[in-house]
Amino acid sequence: MIYQDSKTLLAVRNLRATVNGIEILKGMDLTVKSGEVHAIMGPNGSGKSTFSKVLAGHPAYEVSGGDVVFEGSNLLELAPEARARAGVFLGFQYPIEIPGVANSQFLRLAYNTVQAGRGKDELDPLEFDDFVREKMKLLEMNPDFLDRSVNEGFSGGEKKRNEILQMALLEPKLAILDETDSGLDIDALRIVAGGVNQLAHKDNAIVLVTHYQRLLNYIVPDYVHVMESGRIVKTGGKELALELEARGYDWVGAEVKAKLRVST
Amino acid sequence: MNTAATTGYLGSLLQGRPPASSLTWLNQLRANAVDRVGALTVPTTRDEEWRFTDISPLTKLSFQPAQGMPSLAAAAITQWTIPEAAARLVFVDGTYAPQHSFNHTGLTVENLAAGVVPHSAAVQAHLGRHAAFERNAFAALNTAFLHDGALIVVPRGLALAAPVHLLFIATRKHAASYPRCLVVAESGSAVTVVEDFVAIGNEAYFTNAVTEMALGGNAQVHHVRVQRDGAEAFHFANCAVSLAHASRYHSVSVALGARISRHNLGVLLAAEGAECSIDGLALIGGRQLADSHTLIDHAMPQGVSRQLHKCIVDDAARAVFNGNIMVRAGAQRTDSSQSSRNLLLSGKARVDTKPQLEIFADDVKCAHGATVGQLDVDEVFYLRSRGLSDAAARNLLTYAFGAEIIERIPVVSLRNRLEQALLAQTQTAASGAVRQP
Repeated sequence: MIYQDSKTLLAVRNLRATVNGIEILKGMDLTVKSGEVHAIMGPNGSGKSTFSKVLAGHPAYEVSGGDVVFEGSNLLELAPEARARAGVFLGFQYPIEIPGVANSQFLRLAYNTVQAGRGKDELDPLEFDDFVREKMKLLEMNPDFLDRSVNEGFSGGEKKRNEILQMALLEPKLAILDETDSGLDIDALRIVAGGVNQLAHKDNAIVLVTHYQRLLNYIVPDYVHVMESGRIVKTGGKELALELEARGYDWVGAEVKAKLRVST
Repeated sequence: MNTAATTGYLGSLLQGRPPASSLTWLNQLRANAVDRVGALTVPTTRDEEWRFTDISPLTKLSFQPAQGMPSLAAAAITQWTIPEAAARLVFVDGTYAPQHSFNHTGLTVENLAAGVVPHSAAVQAHLGRHAAFERNAFAALNTAFLHDGALIVVPRGLALAAPVHLLFIATRKHAASYPRCLVVAESGSAVTVVEDFVAIGNEAYFTNAVTEMALGGNAQVHHVRVQRDGAEAFHFANCAVSLAHASRYHSVSVALGARISRHNLGVLLAAEGAECSIDGLALIGGRQLADSHTLIDHAMPQGVSRQLHKCIVDDAARAVFNGNIMVRAGAQRTDSSQSSRNLLLSGKARVDTKPQLEIFADDVKCAHGATVGQLDVDEVFYLRSRGLSDAAARNLLTYAFGAEIIERIPVVSLRNRLEQALLAQTQTAASGAVRQP
């Protein structure tokens, strides 16, 4: 939701990034204020997932230009773990499976590490168990998921719920959810979206990276951005998503080219 | 005929053999083994079976069976005891230590040297029949010294829920020990056997163990083997298992210790419908070498085998895995899978893995694969994106890699203790890996 006088959480200016020497982000600009929900849409290969990984600090991506300011400081100087502790959260498109580590153990380790990084109290296993079970209700998750290995043998929907559970535990200021709707059936989509909506408030912000509009029926964005060739080429309100759903992405590109022709 | 075997390094090891038995067949078995020791030589890297395992450091030292028994306080062994065990046999430098042993099972769980006389017929039917020593110098040496060890006989239809713990403690420098174990699980019986090799102190010693297991129809054996010998130890082991109709054998082997260790495990699916799972973990660093050779021999139809072998190798250590799966002509509808997964934590660490499938039947399902690598960048990033430091992320992933095997140990107290050991070891190992570029 757009609030009057809300502060800027994230300011991305002319961001460029390469992977294996190939430039994927080519001058990305984005400003996110607290309380807002942004959707970044675009065709496959437009750089959406790269953008989310660069914000979280994936080491395979090299930032070749521009800057990212998060709450007034340079985000790009921070290691991935420091970004997490500072309040940046990436919900993964493909969450990693970790056989041999119980989900409860992993969740508690992440929670306590981030709490300690923020100078807050850690929880012992018993306290954490109560705490996490409460959060799991938000996502209608069976407590059995605590005893299983992290994401191992989870269905697509279960993995995404586990991601949003981590978001609920870590209470980020900026949550970037990368293709959270992919692989979800309609019931799982409703539950996951419901969880995200309950976690949204005026002091945090959510960036949804998605190819399809259907997630936006459940999590209503304040802004919709269209990415193409590594930059945002069009920004609008939630109605833009519906137009994209109806007309596809090609017309946006054509419009951009037409504008370029006019200006030259 | 003991005359031939007095020359060479193997000959030198033949000093100090046990006194003659009252059983003619046992004396003959030992004598045959002595003959084979005389005819065989210490394997070198020119032997295909030892290509990656250079045991020449062994031959630079001399080893003798230890005389007498050091007095160990009961408190000295509590760190290794398994509270849920129904029986425990302790061997100190290869010699049976009755004062540390107990047997609450009511079954034959006793020192082999004593049990062989009253159970002569049953023992004779199996001893030396599964672990062939004709071409295996270490099995021959063990058989030449055949005396103390474990004899476990589980009668027909009896299921023993609590584990039997066999604890082998090494204490003395340059001591050679030759533990021998025979497990006979009769039809429809079930038992869990833990073989646990540990050390007090850090001396160079030589352990040469042989274990034979015979499973009757529908019998089930869980076999846990923990090798946590001292850092200077030489550990050689041969284990041979024979499976009758629809029997099930589940093995988890963990190798943490020893300077050089070699574990041969052969499982013969000798009748229809037998099943086995063979899991292994080697967790080594420094200049350790851990070698595991397994042979799963599908001799009859409808056998099932599952194998997962993992190595975590740090520093300049070296792991070897050779996993042979044989499917003989006529062993139709065999279902076999094998996976060798290896994690190298340092630039100098090395693993040689060789899965081998030999299939002579045409209606079989066999899958195998091997991977060697470092920690996955995306896995490390996932954990770091949740706030864990790079070192903590690597520790956790390394731990998880090993824990997948430890988790399969069906003895809770042992499993917990090994998980703690793994946690402690991976915290040092993986923080070392951070130094890697």
